[in-house]
Amino acid sequence: MDIDPVILARVQFAFTVSFHIIFPSFTIGLAAWIATLEGMWLATNNDRYHLLARFWTKVFAVSFGMGVVSGIVLSYQFGTNWSRYSEVVGNVVGPLIGYEVLTAFFLEATFLGLMLFGWNRVPPWLHFLACLAVAVGTTLSAFWILSANSWMQHPAGHEVRDGIAYPVDWLKIIFSPTFPTRLGHMVVAAYITTAFVVLASGARWLRAGIATEQAKTMVRMGLGLLVVLVPLQGFLGDASGENTLKYQPVKVAAMEGHWEQQETNEGPMPWVVFGWPNEAQERNDFQISIPYLGSIILTRTLDGTIKGLKDFPADERPPVAVPFFGFRIMVALWGIMMLAVIAGVVLWWRGRLFDTGAYTRIVSQFWPIGFCAILAGWFTTEVGRQPWVATGILRTADAISPVPGESVLITLILFVMVYGIVFSSGVFYINRLLKKGPVVPDTPEADVSGLRPLSGAKDAGRDALQPGE
Amino acid sequence: MDSLWFDIYLPLIWALLIGVAVFLYVLLDGFDLGLGILYPFTKEEGERDQMMNSVAPFWDGNETWLILGGGGLWVAFPKAYAVIMPAVYLPVIVMLLALVFRGVAFEFRFVSKPNHRWWDIAFIGGSTVAAFCQGVVLGAVVYGLPVENDQFAGGPFDWLHPFSIMCGFGVVVGYALLGSGWLMMRTEGPLREKAQRWAMPLLVALVAFIAAVSVWTPLVISEIANRWFSLPEFLYLAPVPLLTLFFAWLARRGIARGKGAMTFVPSVCLFLLCFVGLAVSNFPYLVPRHITVWQAAAAPESQLFVLLGAIPLVPIILIYTGFIYWTFRGTLKPGEGYH
Repeated sequence: MDIDPVILARVQFAFTVSFHIIFPSFTIGLAAWIATLEGMWLATNNDRYHLLARFWTKVFAVSFGMGVVSGIVLSYQFGTNWSRYSEVVGNVVGPLIGYEVLTAFFLEATFLGLMLFGWNRVPPWLHFLACLAVAVGTTLSAFWILSANSWMQHPAGHEVRDGIAYPVDWLKIIFSPTFPTRLGHMVVAAYITTAFVVLASGARWLRAGIATEQAKTMVRMGLGLLVVLVPLQGFLGDASGENTLKYQPVKVAAMEGHWEQQETNEGPMPWVVFGWPNEAQERNDFQISIPYLGSIILTRTLDGTIKGLKDFPADERPPVAVPFFGFRIMVALWGIMMLAVIAGVVLWWRGRLFDTGAYTRIVSQFWPIGFCAILAGWFTTEVGRQPWVATGILRTADAISPVPGESVLITLILFVMVYGIVFSSGVFYINRLLKKGPVVPDTPEADVSGLRPLSGAKDAGRDALQPGE
Repeated sequence: MDSLWFDIYLPLIWALLIGVAVFLYVLLDGFDLGLGILYPFTKEEGERDQMMNSVAPFWDGNETWLILGGGGLWVAFPKAYAVIMPAVYLPVIVMLLALVFRGVAFEFRFVSKPNHRWWDIAFIGGSTVAAFCQGVVLGAVVYGLPVENDQFAGGPFDWLHPFSIMCGFGVVVGYALLGSGWLMMRTEGPLREKAQRWAMPLLVALVAFIAAVSVWTPLVISEIANRWFSLPEFLYLAPVPLLTLFFAWLARRGIARGKGAMTFVPSVCLFLLCFVGLAVSNFPYLVPRHITVWQAAAAPESQLFVLLGAIPLVPIILIYTGFIYWTFRGTLKPGEGYH
């Protein structure tokens, strides 16, 4: 039996990268949040922040570990499954990944040790610096990986000789046209994701009566950040869409389910609320749309229009359904986030934020919302650039390794099994940590009062972590 | 940038840099994988905690050298990367999955107590399988890969032969020896004495594996035999086996006297000698007898661009890595940990 290695390799990459992205998008925000808490502790000497910083460091440790191990897999998959890709764009994309390793991975992985285990080994200011180093590392990592990805979306600063891409201008490569808006959109998305986890956990503790003072701090800090970032994300997302319309018009046509050719499509363009993209007949079935709204959103005019899918040859169009629905899911989740933020602000203003049971009950379930929005967004942008892996240079189908389909199938099954076990365990443990919450000591110094500082801290850590005591 | 200098020396500098990264990986992750390999030899809960705690602050940084080794190969020699990775597809992916298991075990074992038995098994299995696969990959590349037109042209199991399997066992034994040396240096109490007892048979086994590989390699690879047994190369290479015997003797003395550093350092030197021996035997090939460092090299402007960053960054990385090791210096008594 001949198994098509291309489709299996794509499924495998989509699977491993989707699992991976969950953890960095959480730890980017979490590292910054822990550093903020520790900075506030140093500035105010309020133990509430210290306790929170220590508690969230444990959550960070578990999710960072999963991010690291799933990331190592990706750095080797370029070679194992996509060796033609490695060869064709290696001269350009390789160095960006190289800089990610040199500037980001070592920084975060090395100072992680100090962040997790150095509480009693180094002075607080140095521990704070270690947290900052980890936070800077995670953000630099996002910088380089989005730089590499943006270059693949819309390459610049290179030339192609004999089918191989060569660098010409590194600044143009690093800061390719789609990079700035995509980086902003992603980093803010990561912060929003973490802020919703913090807000939801705070609401959960309030309802369970765990560490009430700390829970209020979490709700205030989480909501306070979201009030700024969720509306900001609306603008950044719009800017990113505008940028995509300029540099990757076929992707926007797919996201909008817009088929008509520009010349036959005079006048106001509707915005498709729902439909079922029918690629065979080049139209949407069951379409529900709002007149004029498409023109307003996409061209900022009442009767403007954009290129439709039919303006592009069929073999240069992405599959339509994934970007179409992914985009709608992402936008809908943003709308729900806005509602949660507006409701929270109103309650906060009335002084009823912590004792409105309906609100804390609902937002305590909101922890996955950022992750879902990020996955929907990444599916939109990654499927939307198909059939190219590096637009105009290399098609995804031509990027594959000379490896038989059976091997890819076997390893795909292994990945599904291993990730299924490992990541469901990780989510289970994180959930258990969050459910238990921190142990608030009766006396402020109780958690480090052992005669031997190390074992004292360890016992306290054990107590905090032991289930069912 | 057509200058001859760049074309000749840049790839050599990069080959050296990747060699250093891979060696640092073997040195640093070697001993912490070794702890996982030694794990089943003690059933004592406290001693297992002590073993894991002794590397808990470092393992993540240690493993990053593997990304630099693999990523560096892609950055500097994309053609070699694109041939080697598909050729050793299955062992590489199994190694990665093993590293997933053992990496998460560090945190999961701790948060799942007292129900952590499965994560002990994940730690043991993950460490051992990862070490074994690394040896298999090395053995398969040295033995020779089927290459046509600069592409891998073999089947999914071409890496599987007695030579690569033996290299796999050799690396497992070697990492376990490094792990024993680490425990002798960094722990106290009964665990330290156990590590000392484990070290001697491991050293004997490692020397036996080195001897076996040294005899087997020239028998199956005539190009390497020619290089070893022709003048003047023979004279340049003659010190390698003599030094190997010398360091084996040093390590034996260190174990007998119970000196951790005097066990660990000579063991590291044994690895370094094997490494140098391999490099000298296969130079200038990255994919032995098919693709040289110059044929595999990325565009000089790409190699130069990353090298200019690596020159300041690698020393900075080494400095802060050293700082972390210094911060967590000293020995761990039973019952102590950093958690």
